[in-house]
Amino acid sequence: MNVTQLTYLFVGLSFALYIAIAFWSRARSTNDFYVAGKGVNPIANGMATAADWMSAASFISMAGLIAFLGKDGSVYLMGWTGGYVVLALLLAPYLRKFGRFTVPDFIGERFYSKTARLVAVICLIFVSFTYVAGQMRGVGIVFSRFLEVDINLGVIIGMIIVFFYAVLGGMKGITYTQVAQYCVLIFAYLVPAIFISILITGNPIPQLGFGDTMVGTNTYLLDKLDLVSIDLGFTAYTENIKSKIDIFCITAALMFGTAGLPHVIVRFFTVPKVRDARKSAGYALIFIAILYTTAPAVAAFAKINFIDSIQSKSYESSPEWFKNWEDIGLIAWKDKNADGIIQYSAGNAINGRPQYLPERGASGERILENQSVNSNTNEVYIDRDIMVLANPEIAKLPAWVIALVAAGGLAAALSTAAGLLLVISSSISHDLLKKTFRPNISEKQELFYARCAAAVAIFIAGLFGIYPPAFVAQVVAFAFGLAASTFFPVLFMGIFSKRLNKEGAIAGMLSGLIFTLSYIIYFKFLNTQLNNPEFWFLSISPEGIGFVGMLINFIVAITVSTYTEPPPEGVIKMVEDIRKP
Amino acid sequence: MKSNQDSYWKENIKILSFLLVIWFLASFGFGILFSDWLDQFRLGGFKIGFWFAQQGSIYIFIILIFTYIHLMNKLDNKYFGEDKSKDSDT
Repeated sequence: MNVTQLTYLFVGLSFALYIAIAFWSRARSTNDFYVAGKGVNPIANGMATAADWMSAASFISMAGLIAFLGKDGSVYLMGWTGGYVVLALLLAPYLRKFGRFTVPDFIGERFYSKTARLVAVICLIFVSFTYVAGQMRGVGIVFSRFLEVDINLGVIIGMIIVFFYAVLGGMKGITYTQVAQYCVLIFAYLVPAIFISILITGNPIPQLGFGDTMVGTNTYLLDKLDLVSIDLGFTAYTENIKSKIDIFCITAALMFGTAGLPHVIVRFFTVPKVRDARKSAGYALIFIAILYTTAPAVAAFAKINFIDSIQSKSYESSPEWFKNWEDIGLIAWKDKNADGIIQYSAGNAINGRPQYLPERGASGERILENQSVNSNTNEVYIDRDIMVLANPEIAKLPAWVIALVAAGGLAAALSTAAGLLLVISSSISHDLLKKTFRPNISEKQELFYARCAAAVAIFIAGLFGIYPPAFVAQVVAFAFGLAASTFFPVLFMGIFSKRLNKEGAIAGMLSGLIFTLSYIIYFKFLNTQLNNPEFWFLSISPEGIGFVGMLINFIVAITVSTYTEPPPEGVIKMVEDIRKP
Repeated sequence: MKSNQDSYWKENIKILSFLLVIWFLASFGFGILFSDWLDQFRLGGFKIGFWFAQQGSIYIFIILIFTYIHLMNKLDNKYFGEDKSKDSDT
């Protein structure tokens, strides 16, 4: 069987499994639909959290980003794992003790205000849709490259699958499919990593191979990578390019954003007890760390392999994968010096994303409409998102490994999309309808509305996949900034301060959201030509600004609370109760 | 009962602060602020600062959460008695 057939087989089998699980774990009540009946085993919940958490960005884009960022890539590694320490220590156990259905639920009750609940719902929808957009683009990439279907058709197939288990099963269906999806995705990530680690360093454990010598030499992999990077005009792989303050802020924004992401927090509402919530966070981090400690190793291997297999080769003799990815528009080659040989080095080869003309060039490459950038000699455009997907091909691994990676990428994207769609739909049916506008609906009606909301949310998410906004990981990175600057401070102070009142919480969330959102929109959409350290506030990039937004939220919330009425007696009792396990 | 709960909360805060200091040192400290300085030392092929930024900090995070689970279970038992159900013993 060839790669395409094998991919159809693996993807088909995994999809059949997900649908079967969805049937078996249908939701029968709102309690099932929102929080899986609060009966999920903490280790299974850890696994589901890990799958929910590790999105298309983690699986598909992260290693590629790290490969091109070098040491700066650690912002993602530390940010997306360190957030679990914050979550486990400061939020998860207390929010589980509170024991309701959604994050706006907590904010609405703790700040005794429908307005606070509404503001929370708005923030939640902003954050979750930003995040879900990235997932659908991931689904599209995998389908178009490996299953040779149109990207749009791929997104629609993805939507139908998610529709099945999210609408039927709610949180219960999603949790158990996520357990299966975790197994698929981690296996798919580790197998090629182990293969490549053995090929390059002879060490079967990627985490160790990463720091080992290359096969047949006495040179350490990372030293070689430093040398090659400098030769090609890049900064050494193991050194930072970004400023310290920017790295600090991006890492912090990702960490606190992780702790404030509603779709992660609700996972801890599904376990039976407070002790289970803590334990579950620990297991979730172990399951996540298996991928996150492998990713930087994969990044280093991929970078070395990528350079080795194309540098100074003629286009005609370049490997098959190079041409395949060029065909779908994620690689491009502009022969600047017309010698028919591929030269890769630092700098952008062309302006913008590649736009191809219908003809082929002298060596058979796709001709580009784009202007070349003549200040450097780099001739290769590569979309960072493809490194993980292309890695097995670059390392010439067997066809079944390539097919496995495709199934894994889909598992990662679908599991996260489902988790996000669930928090969107439950915040609409529970917080907007039941708790705000239509308090008289019965449980059955609420469940029906929850399912409708999930269906609508899936439809909108699908539109994002068909008309995708920018890079997967980049778009996702903004969701964290928004979560950090809106949710984290009010959740944290809602538990650790008895004095924070509704005026403070609402003002804090709004100021955090407005500040962070306007900074991102200003630099990323309105004035892209100003988007560089010279114009940034304290040289903090839009990716890291969420941390500043979070500090603003804290300051505004505390100041406003100080000058307004303290919360009523009942709320203080509630806080005391949350603090007891 | 009231004062009992207050001292439970105080001990809880103490545990949290202790663990969060280590959390900050392992990530923002070793992985970012002192990372360049640590890079002069090596562990096999890894420069130490680089290793903390891309590997070490993550291992420390896991240890921190499990230490927290252990300490908190002990604290809960001390103030609220043993947890009787058997599916949640750590």
